[in-house]
Amino acid sequence: MITNEFYPLFYTFNFYVFALLALMSSLFFVTRKSPVSAALWLVSTMFALAVLYVMLDAEFIGIMQILVYAGAIMVVFLFVVMLLNLGQPSEFSDIRKNGPRLVAGFLGILLTAELLTLAWSPLDARLLVTTVPPSVATAGAGGIIGPVAGPLFTEYLLAFELTSVLLLVAIIGAVVLAKKRS
Amino acid sequence: MLAEALTLSAVLFAIGVVGVLTRRNAIIVFMCVELMLNAVNLSFVALSRLYGATGQVFVIFVMTVAAAEAAVGLAIIIAIFRHKQTVSLENINVLRG
Amino acid sequence: MLLSSMQTIATATTGHPLADTAAKFVWLLPALPLLGFVVNGLLSLTAAANIGPADPSAVGHGHDDHSQESTHGAHGAHDDHHVVRHRHAALVSLVGPGVLAASFVLAAAIFMAMRGVEMHVPFISTLFSWMPVGDLHIDAALQLDPLSMVMVLIITGVGTLIHIFSVGYMQDDPGYPRYFAYLNLFVFFMLLLVLGANYPLMFVGWEGVGLCSYLLIGFWFSEQANADAGKKAFIVNRIGDFGFLVAMFLLFSNLGALDFMGIAGSADKLQPGGPLVTTICLFFFLGCAGKSAQLPLYIWLPDAMAGPTPVSALIHAATMVTAGVYLIARSSLLFSMAPVASLTVALVGGVTALFAATIGLKQWDIKKVLAYSTVSQLGYMFVGVGVGAYAAGVFHLMTHAFFKALLFLGSGSVIYAMHAAYHATHSHDDAQDMRNMGGLKQYLPITWVLMWIATLAIAGIPVFSGFFSKDEILSSVFARAHGSPLADAVWLGIPGSALLYFVYALGLAAALLTAIYMTRMMLYTFHGPNRTGEMERNHLKEAPWTMTGPLVVLGVLSAIGGFLNLPEFFTTLIPALPGETLAKWLEPVVGSATARLAGGEGHLPASTEQLLVGVAITIAVAGIVIAVTRLKPAALVKKSESPESVGLEKMLEHKYYVDEAYEKAIVTPTIVVSRAVLWKGIDSGIIDGLMVNGSAMFARAFGWVGSQLQSGQVGTYAWVLVIGAVALLGAFVRAMQ
Repeated sequence: MITNEFYPLFYTFNFYVFALLALMSSLFFVTRKSPVSAALWLVSTMFALAVLYVMLDAEFIGIMQILVYAGAIMVVFLFVVMLLNLGQPSEFSDIRKNGPRLVAGFLGILLTAELLTLAWSPLDARLLVTTVPPSVATAGAGGIIGPVAGPLFTEYLLAFELTSVLLLVAIIGAVVLAKKRS
Repeated sequence: MLAEALTLSAVLFAIGVVGVLTRRNAIIVFMCVELMLNAVNLSFVALSRLYGATGQVFVIFVMTVAAAEAAVGLAIIIAIFRHKQTVSLENINVLRG
Repeated sequence: MLLSSMQTIATATTGHPLADTAAKFVWLLPALPLLGFVVNGLLSLTAAANIGPADPSAVGHGHDDHSQESTHGAHGAHDDHHVVRHRHAALVSLVGPGVLAASFVLAAAIFMAMRGVEMHVPFISTLFSWMPVGDLHIDAALQLDPLSMVMVLIITGVGTLIHIFSVGYMQDDPGYPRYFAYLNLFVFFMLLLVLGANYPLMFVGWEGVGLCSYLLIGFWFSEQANADAGKKAFIVNRIGDFGFLVAMFLLFSNLGALDFMGIAGSADKLQPGGPLVTTICLFFFLGCAGKSAQLPLYIWLPDAMAGPTPVSALIHAATMVTAGVYLIARSSLLFSMAPVASLTVALVGGVTALFAATIGLKQWDIKKVLAYSTVSQLGYMFVGVGVGAYAAGVFHLMTHAFFKALLFLGSGSVIYAMHAAYHATHSHDDAQDMRNMGGLKQYLPITWVLMWIATLAIAGIPVFSGFFSKDEILSSVFARAHGSPLADAVWLGIPGSALLYFVYALGLAAALLTAIYMTRMMLYTFHGPNRTGEMERNHLKEAPWTMTGPLVVLGVLSAIGGFLNLPEFFTTLIPALPGETLAKWLEPVVGSATARLAGGEGHLPASTEQLLVGVAITIAVAGIVIAVTRLKPAALVKKSESPESVGLEKMLEHKYYVDEAYEKAIVTPTIVVSRAVLWKGIDSGIIDGLMVNGSAMFARAFGWVGSQLQSGQVGTYAWVLVIGAVALLGAFVRAMQ
């Protein structure tokens, strides 16, 4: 592991940059009228989050984020948008009135405040640590995947198997739903 | 860094919620839900540094469910679009009681 | 089950002198008629299932060729053509009377066994534990003692005769097996009533006989009047049953026991003459008044004559209606502790005796005359048990069972002949109206002779049975009127002595009227010119032997039944005869109670007694003489040509308008209140409107509100969801701070 004395500063700086990137991208995402641009801004958010995951010592999750979310799911979204030809302005039927928007914004702020209060109230000193703690990534034997794979295939094996069934059901359901009626 | 990560998670979640509330395009609403899921994932990952890798296991589950949900949800949207020629939620009220 | 119950008996009753005799089969007494009921009931059902609407009564009277016939009230006889006998009739004729005869034989065997032993303690055979609830332990137990023995003999003996009579009387009725099923069931319940070792078991029998009475009164239920009469009997009896129940509750809450032995053991907890025991006895008497048709609840009995005539004989004359007398004799211990209640019983009995006798004077329906006569005679019995002459009351019960059953069966024989004659000539006249009869003695000589015997018995002509029993009751009243606890008691401010003299006067007057109306009935029915009509006259003939046979047996019993309990003055006259047999027999059961109410002077001086007997004989003879001299059967015309009667006669003919008064005072207000308040107000308004429909309306309104929320707009749902989540999180936040 790198033990440079500037490393914490560099780390913190990068963390803030990508956090800001994720925040800004998501704000753009919700404000775009066009589904295509919205989707692209969401992809941007996801990339930024993937970076944050890696920085938080969840390298495997970061890679999965890019592969599954940004790569697969968002592509499917864009694919559907294009397939249905939804890029036209006639489909932009969002709420235009300011009242509901303000209320929605107020609700959002309230929600944030509540979440933060709840997250911070059992304030743990460890939450404020800015240095890199001895992380899971440093654990030797299984590499970076081992710590995730361990519980996944032992403790949560049943859930894992059920998830596979869920995916199968989802595939069948999607095929049945999207199939053209004869 | 955890405090910042959790704060970001909360803010992203709220942004997703506001999006769900204000947007009327079904696909965008869907994407807002994905954003909310991502926000939650961030919390999982952040806290996994404190509590062990189990949080990351749950992120994997969330991703799987999100993938399944996207598949079925988009299929539903396609079916609705075929039927109504629109994906605006205002025009979709077949569930009216 | 039978085996196990037999074992129970064997273990429960060892030690009693009767334990190893026929008495151990006491459970067979009611079980046999129950078996008959099951067999006949099943036959009735299979027949109904196999040959369609065979029973019944569901199709008019089952007259295929006379379905328009609707004027006939009660009749069981049909013409012998066109009507096919019930397919199982032969088997039913065997089973129905057969089980009764077997029961009677068993009863006689038990009686013989009982004669040989001292019955200080009743023989109780416990079948099984019926209601072990908390402090309440009620066994299904049968009790054999001299009193229940007498009742069992009357019920099975007279019952057997009436069953045999029914074989002839009901032979062509489509409901033949159903009839015998009901009749057997009745006997089962009646035996349960008299054999039950506790009040609840007795009450089961009490209700059961009421049920059978209802079923049999409405036996030809396809006619509205018959069905109504059944309902009337049932409803009026419910009033009495309420009294019985309350008395039972009071007994249990105060003595903690409901079996006769237990009550006898703890009766000293009750204060003699106190309000509690008086209340209990009065409630019991309310039950008796309902079941035994005393004022003011007598109104159902005359209408009960809508049933087949043998039913009237068995249920509404010989057995069921005397259940009230049995109840008081059975509860004699309690009644002897409550002189006021006993005086009430005697007074009500006396008033009823006279009241019903006056109505009987002007009835034209032969069965109605007998019905009012029954009410009147029941009044006598209550006078007897009311003044504490329990043996005399039961004695009159027994002789009355003989002669009244004979009278009813005789009238059944008359009606049978009349009906057969009308049927043969397709006439639609009333086969029960005496104005349509007359001069029947040459056509029905056996019936005529036997009915005269019964008439002399009921009128109280010496050596016939009724004379002894009635005289004993009247002389007991006279004896108690002076120097007994009853005479010293005060009833609503009236000294008991005066009251008893008044009751005695009522009894004498009723005796006079009894002689008059019975002679009148005989004169109009059997004497004078025949009014049936030319054609019908040729078809009048005596009934078959199955009907006359029982009549003869009952005739013999009516004539000599009095010798079962000869009074002292008679045995002094002819010392060879045994005296007071029945009284001595009943001594273990009612002896102490009788002694308590009799006080010191149990017996009248011989001279007084002879005077009283003389008065009684004079009155009976006078009644007959008055009737014979004053009534002119020759002047009677057919019912259809009779003029309306006027004045007092009209009032008597309409039974003092009591039914009409009840109708106005009780039935109509009840209906009006039920309709306006209970139905329209409470049932329709509150229960249907507010509760049932109201809750539906509420659910619907609530559902409407809910359905409005279900707009189908996902956006709205999202808003609601988010607002809810925010509120919930807010609550968490508040909770954490």
